[in-house]
Amino acid sequence: MNFQFQDLNEMLLMGGHGVYVWAAVLVSLGTLIWLVVSPILQHKQTLKEIGLNLTREELRNQSGNKDI
Amino acid sequence: MNWTWFYRMGSPLWFYQSTSRWLPLLSLVTLVLLVAGLAWGLGFAPEDAKQGNSFRIIYLHVPASFLALAGYFLMATAGAIGLIWKMKLSYIVMKCAAPIGAALTFLALFTGAVWGKPTWGSYWVWDARITSMLILLFLYFGVLALQYAFHNQEAGNKASAVLALVGTVNIPIIYKSVDWWFTLHQPSTIKLTSAPSMHPDMFQPLLVMILAFYFFYALALILAVRVEILKRESKTTWVRELVEQASRQKIGAK
Amino acid sequence: MPESNRGFSAYFRRDLLLAYRRRGEVASPIIFFVMVATLIPLGITPEADSLKELAPGTIWVMALLATLLSAEGLFVSDYKDGSLEQLLISPNMLVMPIFGKVTAHWITTGLPLTLASPLIGLMLSLPSVAYLPMMAGLALGTGCLSFLAAIGAALTVSLQKGSLLLTLIVMPLYMPIIIFGSAVMQYSIDGMAWSGPLAILGAMLAVAIALCPLAIAAVLRLITIN
Repeated sequence: MNFQFQDLNEMLLMGGHGVYVWAAVLVSLGTLIWLVVSPILQHKQTLKEIGLNLTREELRNQSGNKDI
Repeated sequence: MNWTWFYRMGSPLWFYQSTSRWLPLLSLVTLVLLVAGLAWGLGFAPEDAKQGNSFRIIYLHVPASFLALAGYFLMATAGAIGLIWKMKLSYIVMKCAAPIGAALTFLALFTGAVWGKPTWGSYWVWDARITSMLILLFLYFGVLALQYAFHNQEAGNKASAVLALVGTVNIPIIYKSVDWWFTLHQPSTIKLTSAPSMHPDMFQPLLVMILAFYFFYALALILAVRVEILKRESKTTWVRELVEQASRQKIGAK
Repeated sequence: MPESNRGFSAYFRRDLLLAYRRRGEVASPIIFFVMVATLIPLGITPEADSLKELAPGTIWVMALLATLLSAEGLFVSDYKDGSLEQLLISPNMLVMPIFGKVTAHWITTGLPLTLASPLIGLMLSLPSVAYLPMMAGLALGTGCLSFLAAIGAALTVSLQKGSLLLTLIVMPLYMPIIIFGSAVMQYSIDGMAWSGPLAILGAMLAVAIALCPLAIAAVLRLITIN
């Protein structure tokens, strides 16, 4: 198993097909990263929201005030 | 036979806790496989004699197509389990599998189009495989649209589960007929992939990439399911405890 | 099975009668069919040679859209006036009434389309050898279309704006039918034996008759009774 290109620059060019190959790679990686990052962000957001709701509820219980 | 494991698996709490334990390892394995497979495929696999370097797109196109189709079957199976055993978790899995599958189908189409340009001289060719992928994308869209059209979550779950099942019955028919249709209209001279005749040096990185995509799919699905579980179970004590624990940790860190 | 037969014929006759009372509405898919056929020469070319090439595909696409247009109402009025719920809670088999309803739908859309298709064939300069295969294919194919559209109609019955969604979810399922339907015509134009694709259409119809009413019954039960 050998590295197929002379250097990284040549790997970038891919004998004239670089645009296609790297476009495919970039879009694929972008999609894959988005599929992982977006649920992680949503996870954080959801935890925060539930936490806020909890604190609000606690405050309401302490003061007995329903308006908060 | 003891069936308690089956019902335990249907419990969102069980799923959330056990995936918390496995997520770091799963992410690591996925990352290693993806990086290794991509580097192998893009840099070390030999060049294709006919297509040159553009054939390297295969290392993304084929795994994405695999998972797009497998994802549809997984979604339909989850829907069927939901319909039969009325498991909460399986509907959540079904709902979360739809956008991931649609994204992978889109990816298969995109990589196919980009591959088609240097190979056939055009981004879009009505090739049997690509056309089937397009129809698969439409099937995903249908399930997604139906899911979101219902305000009543229960009814939406059931409806999209049935639609996914109807789609599953249809997929083999669609594939066969598109294949047949393709042979009717002068097949193109270059076939994109012919796996059995591939050289092992080219084939091995492909296997690594397919495995990597399977792991990735599991990872993405689990992450999405965990969010959905939190949202649906936000009123339960275990979620409250989890949130309190998280906020305490945050304060401790500060 | 006299009991199940009654379920079939009762709903079959009832839906036909309802359709007869709304004759104007029933005619609209046919008018749609003819109108779109007028658009093709206007939009592309009036040249007979080109039209002949386009005719098989065009006729099938139009037939598909026409059945979709009319499918939305299949269960909606029954759902709104409560007779669907009555049907669902009645102890009788649900499959036969549904079979009856879908058959009535085919009689009021697929059959008239089939009968009107020679007119479209004339307008699109279809070669005369293709008329018989076209009608045979349409007769079988529109049956499949009706059954599949009925699944979509059942899935979207409780939604306010179901018609576009119905189109979206049913259209991918139509692809095999359109492939073999237009192939029947293409084969006959090319002078080949067209019984092969026609037989496949027939097989698909048989499968649709066997499975679709079951699926529709399950959907209606699941969605309307919560």
